[in-house]
Amino acid sequence: MTKAYKITEHKFDAIVVGAGGAGLRATMGLATKGISTACITKVFPTRSHTVAAQGGMSASLGNMGEDNWRWHMYDTVKGSDWLGDQDAIEYMCREAVPSVIELEHYGVPFSRTEEGKIYQRPFGGMTTNFGEGTAQRTCAAADRTGHAILHTLYQQSLKHDASFFIEYFAIDLVMENGECKGVLAWNLADGSLHLFRGHSVILATGGYGRAYFSCTSAHTCTGDGNAMVLRAGLPLQDMEFVQFHPTGIYGAGCLITEGVRGEGGFLTNSKGERFMERYAPNAKDLASRDVVSRSMTIEIREGRGVGAEADHIHLHLEHLGADVINKRLPGIAESAEIFAGVDVAKEPIPVLPTVHYNMGGIPTNYHGEVVNKVGDNPDQVVPGLFAIGEAACVSVHGANRLGSNSLLDLIVFGRAVANRCAEIIKPGAKHSELAKDALDKSLADLDSARYADGEIKTAELRLEMQKVMQNNAAVFRTGEVLQEGCEKITATAAKLPDVKVADRSMVWNTDLVETLELRNLMSQAKVTMFSAENRKESRGAHAREDFPDRNDDQWMKHTLAYLGDDGKVAFDYRPVHMNTLTDECEVIPPKPRVY
Amino acid sequence: MAEFKLPKNSRINKGKHHKANGGSNLTTFKVYRWSPDDGENPRTDTYEVDLDSCGPMVLDALIKIKDEMDSTLTFRRSCREGICGSCAMNINGTNTLACTSSIKQFKGKEIAIYPLPHMEVIKDLVPDLTHFYAQYASIKPWMQTDSVPLPDKERLQSIEDREKLDGLYECILCACCQTSCPSYWWNGDRYLGPAVLLQSYRWLADSRDEYTGERLEELEDPFKLYRCHTIMNCANTCPKGLNPGKAIGEIKKMITQRHAL
Repeated sequence: MTKAYKITEHKFDAIVVGAGGAGLRATMGLATKGISTACITKVFPTRSHTVAAQGGMSASLGNMGEDNWRWHMYDTVKGSDWLGDQDAIEYMCREAVPSVIELEHYGVPFSRTEEGKIYQRPFGGMTTNFGEGTAQRTCAAADRTGHAILHTLYQQSLKHDASFFIEYFAIDLVMENGECKGVLAWNLADGSLHLFRGHSVILATGGYGRAYFSCTSAHTCTGDGNAMVLRAGLPLQDMEFVQFHPTGIYGAGCLITEGVRGEGGFLTNSKGERFMERYAPNAKDLASRDVVSRSMTIEIREGRGVGAEADHIHLHLEHLGADVINKRLPGIAESAEIFAGVDVAKEPIPVLPTVHYNMGGIPTNYHGEVVNKVGDNPDQVVPGLFAIGEAACVSVHGANRLGSNSLLDLIVFGRAVANRCAEIIKPGAKHSELAKDALDKSLADLDSARYADGEIKTAELRLEMQKVMQNNAAVFRTGEVLQEGCEKITATAAKLPDVKVADRSMVWNTDLVETLELRNLMSQAKVTMFSAENRKESRGAHAREDFPDRNDDQWMKHTLAYLGDDGKVAFDYRPVHMNTLTDECEVIPPKPRVY
Repeated sequence: MAEFKLPKNSRINKGKHHKANGGSNLTTFKVYRWSPDDGENPRTDTYEVDLDSCGPMVLDALIKIKDEMDSTLTFRRSCREGICGSCAMNINGTNTLACTSSIKQFKGKEIAIYPLPHMEVIKDLVPDLTHFYAQYASIKPWMQTDSVPLPDKERLQSIEDREKLDGLYECILCACCQTSCPSYWWNGDRYLGPAVLLQSYRWLADSRDEYTGERLEELEDPFKLYRCHTIMNCANTCPKGLNPGKAIGEIKKMITQRHAL
């Protein structure tokens, strides 16, 4: 097989897979430090899904009133429903301030206050004084913050002359004796295959929203890195925690930022009632996303949805006035018009909780090093392998991520991983010889997908998988529905070998790309469903109607899910880090989570 | 008399016709196809799509075609909400994003889809944008300063100064304007084109950037800048409603004012 496909070998010190916010921050960080780095990406960097982030990036700058990183830490721990690792959360919230200042120095066009400082808006779950008041902590560039940050990071990567391999699809990790040695990738433009050798391989491949039928995620959000990790026999962590964003546009699924509610927008049911006042008397529409999504789902279930089918909710910003809309929310005004035919100055936007973010992913420590549980050591580092951004589970988001903590996560840990690699890597160190058959399995898989001639179209099987996930791993879950989900997703995954690919070319064969992406999605869908069935409690985004309470005694632990070659899911657990990094703050003990 | 004809291997043949699998609300999509593998001429395939079982946008129709009728059809797409710029293509004669282009606007008439014009085609609707990206990099599209900001404080910028970036920073690098510009078609090797010049002006207009003079000097060139003849296809076609032509005008004005000093 290795003979049939010619492979070009490249040697770098570090390989970054993915060029979204995390991947680019890591790439430019490494390039600045003079480490030879290749960034491999399946789309041109500014087309990565970070570009679609709207509301902003949290950091306790205190530009709009008093703030403190300890308050930010408290909110994040509470938002995570005490599944987040407190050392990592402390690190993120402390590093938030220098990280955002750095971005401003790079040229991000943040909106400004009267004093000329970075403008900050309120966001869900962000409070002052450990839950007392509303914090204005989310740094914004109108409602296009992700776009502004992503473009700036690409510009900085150009400035530092990083090496990009654009429109290269990563196929597999190259692992030897438990160490990561590189990545095999496919250049779409000319159909050639490439082996990228690196002393550090950093996965920044994003989430897998496309495992679901309706999501805010881009078509390209297929979690390729997560799937490569599963194929390497390593676990994914906390995959049962899937965030539904309260305000996806009804029908289209496109995101409407939480910033709308941050700027004073609110939700109503068919009676015109501001129902969030009942569910979250203090935070109301700015409660945490899991809380708002559940409340909306209950309203719809109890017959108070809006529209002909009473199956969605209204989001109002008519009262905000043209000035706020034009200055702060121009992008969503455009989206609402295009995708819902709504003039936001006059009518509400029809919205529905929509799959948005994966809290789960590749387990790492706060340096971005991938960890696995080996024997008694739950924090054993996998040499050579790193993960950052939505692909990673550090875990700073635990069971539920707070809005605007994602852009923060990308930047802080993109930066951290670059620092870590600079410590570990000896620039120019020799790469070890690989075994002759190191790539055989990956090439055989690629070849069989390329010539797949079964009975089922890729798109047909993908749709089947997406519907199972949508129906059986939704906002509310029960044991019965999840068990059925496990059976269904197992049956769906079993059909993968019977898929049909019509395009046989190696040049820009998107039929094959979509098939490889489907294979990636399928393994993640499977571990998500099984992890959800396995966790018998309710915590954050995982709401079990048969186990409505959080059970700290038994379940305050991270799920590790392994996918065997036989297709079976196996579980293990890691403890939640209930310790801080320094003595400058205190551990936040678990308590009931009310907003 | 000179005869203007496309070279033999560029002439577009009539391709395959794919009938809809039932449905009554049919619209025909005529789509440019070319593969680098078979040595054949380009062709246009036609696909009948039932709009009753299709999303509202042209991208929805392309995805439906790929999913249900012909999985070999090749195009770029990602965010499907007009922010990533992947699905830029020529739809019924206008460069735009397939994901924000409604099918309804064409009122049931045949919809012809071609790749962005005057670019090398890699396959079907996928143009080679390498040169465009290299031109973007050539203008040093990053903040250039000599002064060192305080490490723990942002640079200050007034609300008014920040407003000067509105209409510039929102560019998504889709290349719709670039490839709609006749000057760029003719001199694309040396003329920077509307998208890249818009980005140049984004940095000239930023109160924080300190390299205005150097940037203007780099741009003052008969080809890089002055091939803009204010045809304004750029502003007409921009799917984000930006006006690169105006930005180019502003650059020319800055250069004139600089000489007047």
